[in-house]
Amino acid sequence: MGELKVKDKDIVVPGDVLAEGMDFLPAGGAFREGENIIASQVGVVSVNGRLLKLVPLNAKYIPKRGDTVIGKIVEVTNNCWFVDIGYSNHACIPLRDGSMEYIPKGADLTQYYDYNDFVVANITNVSKSKEIDLSMKGPGLRKLSEGRIIKVNSAKVPRIIGKQGSMISMIKQMTDCRIVVGQNGLVWLYDIDPLKEVIAVEAIKKIEERAHIQGLTDEIKMFLESKVGVKNAVQ
Amino acid sequence: MSNGIVTSHIINLIDKDSRLDGRKLDQFRDIKIEYGVSAKSAEGSALVKIGKTEVVAGIKMEVGEPYPDRLDEGTIIANVELLPLSSGEFESGPPTIKSIELARSVVDRGLRESKAIDFKKLTIKKGEKVWTILIDAYSINDDGNLADAIGLATLAAIKDAKFPKYDEKEEKIDYKEKTKKGIELKELPIPVTVLKIKNKFILDPTLDEENAMGARLTVTTVEDGRICALQKGGISPLTPEDTEKIIELATKKGKELRKLFK
Repeated sequence: MGELKVKDKDIVVPGDVLAEGMDFLPAGGAFREGENIIASQVGVVSVNGRLLKLVPLNAKYIPKRGDTVIGKIVEVTNNCWFVDIGYSNHACIPLRDGSMEYIPKGADLTQYYDYNDFVVANITNVSKSKEIDLSMKGPGLRKLSEGRIIKVNSAKVPRIIGKQGSMISMIKQMTDCRIVVGQNGLVWLYDIDPLKEVIAVEAIKKIEERAHIQGLTDEIKMFLESKVGVKNAVQ
Repeated sequence: MSNGIVTSHIINLIDKDSRLDGRKLDQFRDIKIEYGVSAKSAEGSALVKIGKTEVVAGIKMEVGEPYPDRLDEGTIIANVELLPLSSGEFESGPPTIKSIELARSVVDRGLRESKAIDFKKLTIKKGEKVWTILIDAYSINDDGNLADAIGLATLAAIKDAKFPKYDEKEEKIDYKEKTKKGIELKELPIPVTVLKIKNKFILDPTLDEENAMGARLTVTTVEDGRICALQKGGISPLTPEDTEKIIELATKKGKELRKLFK
């Protein structure tokens, strides 16, 4: 008979025994040693039938195909731009995916994106040796010209976005702030009213801090209502 | 993360009389002072936090010979260490221009020119033995405005300091035994750094704001408004009107900060 040693949504540290016996199966963040299932990360347990999964509290960003990321241009060569997206390898925007408009041969590529510019880009391919290709062709993909960039833990990005973007659209609606969340944990914000921008930053930091708590959407809603008033509140 | 987009955003915000963290232009971050953080190894010590900026200052006391031209006076030696772990900019090795600037023109000049410490009272035997006070400040975390943090930390550490017991016959200091005598501070020289960004003046800059600055001026004042040290930095010039405005701002803020010590 297997025995579950933890409850759903418990926070565990590496080495904690999650379950005994062969009735349970380890998934991400956990492994089996003999009869026991042991945690290998700091995270929140998610019990799904017989499956024991760990949702990590803290994680480095690992690029996936299709992710929208924010990155800084760190190198410009004659046929591509290299972008720092917070991963061990720099990502590359090849010339053909550099812009919606036609880039003539021999053009000065710094006119499009210069050193230290921030861009929103889409990951088109991650090769086996972790070479990352980015594309600037697509809606919303562009160079960021004004506003601020803040850094959050990439493990919390799903919480900041919320289910079907519910959390982020609530913040946008209540603060009138323009926000782009990159999957790699960089967030761009801009608001004509500087104070509302600060409120949006505070809200995002709050979500990052309290990401493991249930009912966070209501908490953030109350926080925003107390700061900006009910005027802008979501109906 | 120092980058172009944040710098230009700061400059745009300053135009609207606003800042990245929502503070007013002349508003400081929260200041915390903790006394005696290293009571075992130093005669006096203090930790100062201004927002995320953190500085620890320590006081050591030694007995040595006086300078030949000042036979009846003790002395102070100020030093600032910018630890590599406290910022991405700092490297280990010999003192850099920045650390010398902070040690000489903020700590040393502030204390010396304000005549806050009566050096004559540090004499043990005229011409032979005087106390030497070593002031060391260490940056624990640099999020801008190190100058003001170091200034406050060294003052707090001096206030916290107690002389160790000195045996005149054996000419030995017993560091384990502290006397009740402290260093008398006649004045409180408070440094306040004012940044000029695009014709506006801001106090207590963060690291991002320091990267966006045109010019800065650190003004050290004492209680009655006398200026005892000035230190300018940054590439752009300051007009006489700018300087007057900055001194006015710094004197006013200095008075507020002085209340922290009372």
